[in-house]
Amino acid sequence: MDVTREGVFKWLERSAQALRENRDYLTQLDAAIGDGDHGANMDRGFQAVLTRLKEMADQDLGTVFKAVGMALVSSVGGAAGPLYGTFFMQLGIASGAKAALTPEEWVDAFEAGVKGVIKRGKAGPGDKTMIDALRSAVAEGKPLDEALRLAAAAAEKGMKDTIPMVARKGRASYLGERSAGHQDPGATSSYLLLRAAAETLVGS
Amino acid sequence: MAVLSGGGSGHEPMHGGFVGVGMLDAACPGAVFTSPTPEQMYEATKAVHSGSGVLYIVKNYSGDIMNFDMALDLAAADGIEVESVVIDDDVAVEDSLYTQGRRGVGTTVLAEKICGAAAEEGYDLKRLADLCRKVNENGRSMGMALTSCTVPHVGTPTFELGEDEMEIGIGIHGEPGRQRMKLKPADEVVEMLLEPIIADLPYKAGDEVLLFVNSMGGTPLIELYVVYRKAHQLCQAKGLKVVRNLIGPYITSLEMAGTSITLLRMDDELIRLWDAPVKTPALRWGN
Repeated sequence: MDVTREGVFKWLERSAQALRENRDYLTQLDAAIGDGDHGANMDRGFQAVLTRLKEMADQDLGTVFKAVGMALVSSVGGAAGPLYGTFFMQLGIASGAKAALTPEEWVDAFEAGVKGVIKRGKAGPGDKTMIDALRSAVAEGKPLDEALRLAAAAAEKGMKDTIPMVARKGRASYLGERSAGHQDPGATSSYLLLRAAAETLVGS
Repeated sequence: MAVLSGGGSGHEPMHGGFVGVGMLDAACPGAVFTSPTPEQMYEATKAVHSGSGVLYIVKNYSGDIMNFDMALDLAAADGIEVESVVIDDDVAVEDSLYTQGRRGVGTTVLAEKICGAAAEEGYDLKRLADLCRKVNENGRSMGMALTSCTVPHVGTPTFELGEDEMEIGIGIHGEPGRQRMKLKPADEVVEMLLEPIIADLPYKAGDEVLLFVNSMGGTPLIELYVVYRKAHQLCQAKGLKVVRNLIGPYITSLEMAGTSITLLRMDDELIRLWDAPVKTPALRWGN
């Protein structure tokens, strides 16, 4: 059971769908502790990803993930553009010219992506950011379908764990104590991507 | 030498209105309150680069920082020399250890004018970047809001503020400030903004300063003059000599009603560069 190009395409399509369905929800979360543009930005970015995917039918996974990263960097803007863009570019570098990834290779690539986000955004665990959802989601040594389900569940917990946190990075950090009690919008979009992965990444 | 800036839209005339002789060579607008993308900045860099390098003037917001960093990497890969200077002048942000740090606000406008003039004079990249850092080190700002603002694609106000309330220390995207309180007379509001500014640098008696009173978008000039009057009096009382001023809507937050005050400590170099001719849609004087 490997991560195939077909699975990756389905994952990205489901992610775009989930972000469109949750556009207003993400915007509401962001309006509470940010500036209310996260839903619109992520939706715009993943629509750009879908357009790029049309040219990617015969490409290896490294090329596909890098193109996804570039599409996000050049269409999302804000902080989410460079952060999600870096995540997918690092996935691409780790995937190389392969057409499919074994579960171990997937975990390694995913970890490289998370490390890239940490390096770009300089946020750590507990700062109330997307890192709190992403870093929870690295589950090793399990069959892929189970690992992905565990990853989505861990990301959901990581996302909910951001609610009581006081933000230390990004625009919400200016709120100080007032940011506690709100779920982080970036952690929420990260969870949506991982839930989409659990639903699609291995053939169902 | 080229000077480039950019950031989310919604702060007009900054930055697009400052493109012209004696100020910016290019501006990159993002979506409303959203940083532009590295691709935009990279293309703008290539368009204005004339062989001697490009200065990026970047406001301290996580998105702007990351996108300009990526653009700088792209430009460097092409052999274009770029220096990036971050403006972080908002004294309203107190706890900078656990936040993104101070936000870039009013001093950005002054830095763009002064660095643009220096580029016209023929400063090289290193000197230009040092000058920009000097402006940032000597500039301090603080703002307040009487109303929220509405990001068009969101359609509802960014935050709730009662009819009889104001927010002291507001950011230019509606980020909250130091405290929310009942409305007070303009003179008292000016004291609440200017005292932390003067205490922060600190400015001292005898210093020559530029006093910049800005509208957040919805506040008319007549009210800015009321603010300026009191701010000027307070500066005089502290022994500060207001040698230059700027009053008007230059770094706004959509239709937000409110004002911000910026104080920049001047020296002969800064005064000469401030007075140099500028011909942009939003700022123009001299020949």
